[in-house]
Amino acid sequence: MNLFFEASTRTKTSFELAGKYLGADVINFQSRGSSVEKGETLYDTALNIEAMAVDLLVVRHPASGVPEQLSRYLNIPVVNAGDGFHEHPTQGLLDLMTVWEAKQRLDRLHVVIVGDILHSRVARSDLWGFQTMGAEVTLVAPPIWMPDWIGSSDIHFTANLAEVLASADVIQVLRIQKERRSMHGMPSEQEYRTRWGITREVAEQLRPDALILHPGPQNRGVEIDSEVMARTATRVLDQVENGVAVRMAVLEQLLGGHDG
Amino acid sequence: MGNGGVMVVRGARVIDPYRQIDSRDEDVWIADGHIVSPAQAVSPSVVVNASHLWLVPRLIDMHVHFREPGQTWKETIATGSRAAAHGGIVAVAAMPNTEPVVDTPELVEWVQHRGQAVGLVRVLPLGAITVGSRGEELADLYRMHQAGAVGFSDDGNPVSSAAMMRAALSYARTLPAAVINHAQERSLSEGGVVHEGRCAHRLGLAGMPEVAESSMVWRDVLLAGLTGGRLHEAHLSTMASVEAIGYAKQHHYRVTAEVTPHHLLLNEEVLLQWGYDPVTKVNPPIRPEATRQALLKAVQSGLIDVLASDHAPHHDDDKAKPYPEAPFGISGLETIVAALMTALVQPGCMSPLEAFGLMTTGPDRVLGLGFPGLRAGALADLTLIDPQKVWTVDPDRFYSLGHNTPLAGMQLRGQALATMVGGQWTMQEGEVLDAGLFAVS
Repeated sequence: MNLFFEASTRTKTSFELAGKYLGADVINFQSRGSSVEKGETLYDTALNIEAMAVDLLVVRHPASGVPEQLSRYLNIPVVNAGDGFHEHPTQGLLDLMTVWEAKQRLDRLHVVIVGDILHSRVARSDLWGFQTMGAEVTLVAPPIWMPDWIGSSDIHFTANLAEVLASADVIQVLRIQKERRSMHGMPSEQEYRTRWGITREVAEQLRPDALILHPGPQNRGVEIDSEVMARTATRVLDQVENGVAVRMAVLEQLLGGHDG
Repeated sequence: MGNGGVMVVRGARVIDPYRQIDSRDEDVWIADGHIVSPAQAVSPSVVVNASHLWLVPRLIDMHVHFREPGQTWKETIATGSRAAAHGGIVAVAAMPNTEPVVDTPELVEWVQHRGQAVGLVRVLPLGAITVGSRGEELADLYRMHQAGAVGFSDDGNPVSSAAMMRAALSYARTLPAAVINHAQERSLSEGGVVHEGRCAHRLGLAGMPEVAESSMVWRDVLLAGLTGGRLHEAHLSTMASVEAIGYAKQHHYRVTAEVTPHHLLLNEEVLLQWGYDPVTKVNPPIRPEATRQALLKAVQSGLIDVLASDHAPHHDDDKAKPYPEAPFGISGLETIVAALMTALVQPGCMSPLEAFGLMTTGPDRVLGLGFPGLRAGALADLTLIDPQKVWTVDPDRFYSLGHNTPLAGMQLRGQALATMVGGQWTMQEGEVLDAGLFAVS
């Protein structure tokens, strides 16, 4: 069952297709607001779902941690399809897969993530995913969009995009999430594009074999330009395609019941 | 104890910060709800053998939320009073952020009478600083004080306007009462649910930076200097806040400060330990280890006057929400004595006399109560504590209607064993004795 408490087109459709390709019955339950807006506790939501005897739950929620909280109440697998600005694990996996397809390896690659790190669930899943696979990750953001503790960690970070372009194997361009009040502290979209946007000029400073990724949906002309979207280095449609495959693998692993 | 009976408590180590006495050979004689001198009471009808126990006079928790009137599914004055008695507490200052807000003399009296009717703990009402705690116009502070308010606070709501805070401190200067602020610059903390730091990032939860608190503490301290008003800063949780208090004391401003047990016992790692369980959601949030250490140091150095629980109970349903949507607050009355023992006394951070000063003379001074300690004629308000008792916090055994605390499952050392208010036992061996109406002061 797909349980979406937050609007989503791509992820929901992707999970739905993944389920259907595997022969599962997929039911979508999309709530306009959160269950709490309707006065239901998470515990009751969980019990109701369990009573419907579903085999697996895919959850998207605007509040960080809700899939984990639900999984504590339920005996069926719960798949996180994005929670608040915590994690988006299947996005992380599909990004790994997209890079692996192109490079045939993940270790010792230099992966650059550009954008609103602080409010991005994709940034977190990518950071931990690529680091786990042995890649080196650099976060690029204006300071107000960077977690302030990062100076005391061993994670590479900079506000200067230009200094990492020559060494980047992969550049993940995060969406400017205007709906998450994250423009707070940023003078304007134009100002952002000028300093952190992936324009044609920026793309040309990348190595020829460097990949450009974007989790979508894109704000063309803000964080990424149309001319860049059209380049062969840009793999956003591979990402979408791989999304279905990765989600099939996740569902198969959790429900398949056969080893390996 | 029946009327006219005489009781003697023998063999206890008497730790009386009010008289600055820590004595192993002092018997405590009680008659008619008061302390009496041994000469007046030669033949006790009841002898309590308290060897191996500590005896501490009138423990005060000056920061509790009893939710009544208004939110009686979270707590009532009766259930909160039971929790206090269970925790070894004799007097509490009840925060006025109820529904309606306690901002009139009539409501102050109502809370006081309700507390007396329950008769388990001295319920000392606090009045709101501003009407409805909305921060727009001053409430009738003098009339509320006349009705029994022991101080003023818009707790839960910081006094956002500096001009309003100045007016409150300036006006309160004409009263023997303090203005208690929950310092938090809302424009910096808005949307935040945990400390802005490593664990917030790990969990993807919006953070509140320490400067949201400390910038307002500094503002308040400077306004206390300007006005000469009495200021008490509630539940401090940052190093810069503590430095502001140090500055105030250096300049002899009339400023006092408070910390909570959870900020002394826990650091932000507790967020990872509890996952997204909102049991860790408190305001101000649990801070990193370096801040915890700095707070302990501040307490040790004498900069902090008060330890208070910020007992803020919620119904289990409220705490079963997604983390960002769950309310702030935990139940603390039933663990505060053990927390003080565990965090401050057992590690040798402070002597028992100094540590218990944080729950006796400290709040007594802030609230202007003037309790004399265990002298003949004083009300027989005291608590017996087993200093060696090691126990595991189990919120299911709380008398509070709120069962939320991140201390659940923690081992604490030291436990209140019996509570006496005005000569009546309100708790013995962990069991609250509902019967007793005590002598009202």
